[in-house]
Amino acid sequence: MAKTHLEISDVSIEFPTPSGPFKALDAVDLKISEGEFVSLIGHSGCGKSTVLNIVAGLYQATTGGVLLDGREVNTPGPERAVVFQNHSLLPWLSAYENVELAVKQVFKGQKSKAEMKEWIEYNLSLVHMDHAMDKRPEEISGGMKQRVGIARALAMEPKVLLMDEPFGALDALTRAHLQDSLMGIQNDLKNTVIMITHDVDEAVLLSDRIVMMTNGPAATVGEILKIELERPRNRLDLADDSKYNHYRHEVLRFLYEKQSKVQDIDQHRSKKKAESEVAEATKATA
Amino acid sequence: MSRMLQNISWLEPWILMFQGKNVSTQLANIFKSLAIPMAGILAFVFIWQGAANSIDTSLGKFPGPTQVYQQSFSLIDEHKQERLKEVAFYKRQDVRNAKKLAKNPDAKFKVRPYTGKPTFLDQIVTSLVTVMAGFIVASIIAIPVGIMIGLNAGLYSALNPLIQLFKPISPLAWLPLVTMVVSALYVSKDPMFAKSFVTSLITVSLCCLWPTMLNTAVGVSAITQDMQNVSKVLRLNFFTHVTKIVLPSSIPMMFTGLRLSLGIAWMVLIAAEMLAQNPGLGKFVWDEFQNGSSNSLGRIMVAVLVIGVIGFILDRIMLMLQRKVSWDKNAILK
Repeated sequence: MAKTHLEISDVSIEFPTPSGPFKALDAVDLKISEGEFVSLIGHSGCGKSTVLNIVAGLYQATTGGVLLDGREVNTPGPERAVVFQNHSLLPWLSAYENVELAVKQVFKGQKSKAEMKEWIEYNLSLVHMDHAMDKRPEEISGGMKQRVGIARALAMEPKVLLMDEPFGALDALTRAHLQDSLMGIQNDLKNTVIMITHDVDEAVLLSDRIVMMTNGPAATVGEILKIELERPRNRLDLADDSKYNHYRHEVLRFLYEKQSKVQDIDQHRSKKKAESEVAEATKATA
Repeated sequence: MSRMLQNISWLEPWILMFQGKNVSTQLANIFKSLAIPMAGILAFVFIWQGAANSIDTSLGKFPGPTQVYQQSFSLIDEHKQERLKEVAFYKRQDVRNAKKLAKNPDAKFKVRPYTGKPTFLDQIVTSLVTVMAGFIVASIIAIPVGIMIGLNAGLYSALNPLIQLFKPISPLAWLPLVTMVVSALYVSKDPMFAKSFVTSLITVSLCCLWPTMLNTAVGVSAITQDMQNVSKVLRLNFFTHVTKIVLPSSIPMMFTGLRLSLGIAWMVLIAAEMLAQNPGLGKFVWDEFQNGSSNSLGRIMVAVLVIGVIGFILDRIMLMLQRKVSWDKNAILK
């Protein structure tokens, strides 16, 4: 395996609550090498986003820490750019200006004005948004906003690209389209990516490895699945691919058998029924 | 230009009609936006006329629309007369001085300013200048303080009780103190501004600081976590954070505060002028009341309506500014 680029080492985090500290993550360990695409998958509330926020430096781990190229990181910074779930574009700036804000901040003194302009336009064209550079977020669709968000993150030339359910708020067709775009960009740029998702197909299609997380509280890494599918990947070809379906099955089995969160409906119904009968009975005696 | 004019909602159909877009729809819109409000105003005028006729005061009948109409013209006439007198005064002075100069080329003389009574229109201008000065001073203080207390919860907790304490104080309560303080501290041989102007300005500022300050603070503290995260990931420094993230995102709330402040400033100013005999519309009303002629009530009524119209126009100007600078073009601003 290639040299470790990013290491999440024995990370635990506790949040103070009125009823005492709440342990969200317990001893999360993960090593990621350069150029690797890793997905974190798990049921909602299992602490996937918390892991990402710790890597981004937005949360501080209670114990353990994050090493990037051998150095500890515990404050936010542009070398760990984040693509937020709800795009987080500044609504008063155009697409171009949103990317510009990041580029100016990161390449201050390194690039000339003309170089910056070229770099901003290049990144917007990567996500196919060069035609709508001067539009404000409110004037473009959700998928386009997310594209600009990705362009902004890419333009920072991050060592690690962190994506927090980047396509979660989009409709299925737009999502598929953006996933294909992302795969194309990934092929060219070979970024190191950590992506959070709760979409099994998305995880299998995009990732080199899928990290499956156990349910919280005190969530941790459950299983790690290596996806050895040829790149470039094509979603149509893969739909009938036995290896692909095997990976899907593995993830689904982890989520719905080993870490089942959803109560069986029949079980749930009979329990409800029993409860209401007890309630009726107590009412009758009263 | 036409885009800016369109911000005035009742003008919009006119503009569109002259651009030849759906003339019949625009006519219907004009009816809606003009005829219905007109009907309301007409109804009010009738009720006013009826009510005015049945109220007898020691200064004659309460002024109805007709008296107000007549008085407004007589006020404008007075203003024109006064201007003519002023021109004549300076002319006489010039002629006199020229004669002196002809006799003795070294003669020294003073140019005496005209000291006629300020007219109604003069008083309007004075009031407008004072209210804008007070409002600007208040905004210059309130916006930075609002941003600071919005960014810093500790500072907010420290200042909030004081703000809440000072906010409900009536201008009339401040006025004696302000007058005394200004008399004591604003001493100079050649004052740039009249004392009465400074007193009015400070009173207005004291009363209209608070809405802007509080609304700015609320706007600043309501910046979403996402925006703050963006700022953190980009490692924006304090100055860039304030100018690129904090200020733009709090502009809608800030303007809500500014509009409230300007409204308060206008109300406070009239009261302050009336009580302190500072020049302006308030003083005009008070002088007319003391004057007690048969026309006085009519003239006061003209002033009352003018005060209302100016307050309305000031608010509309702020609304237009708000629409211009607001990034959220979907927000309905009324």
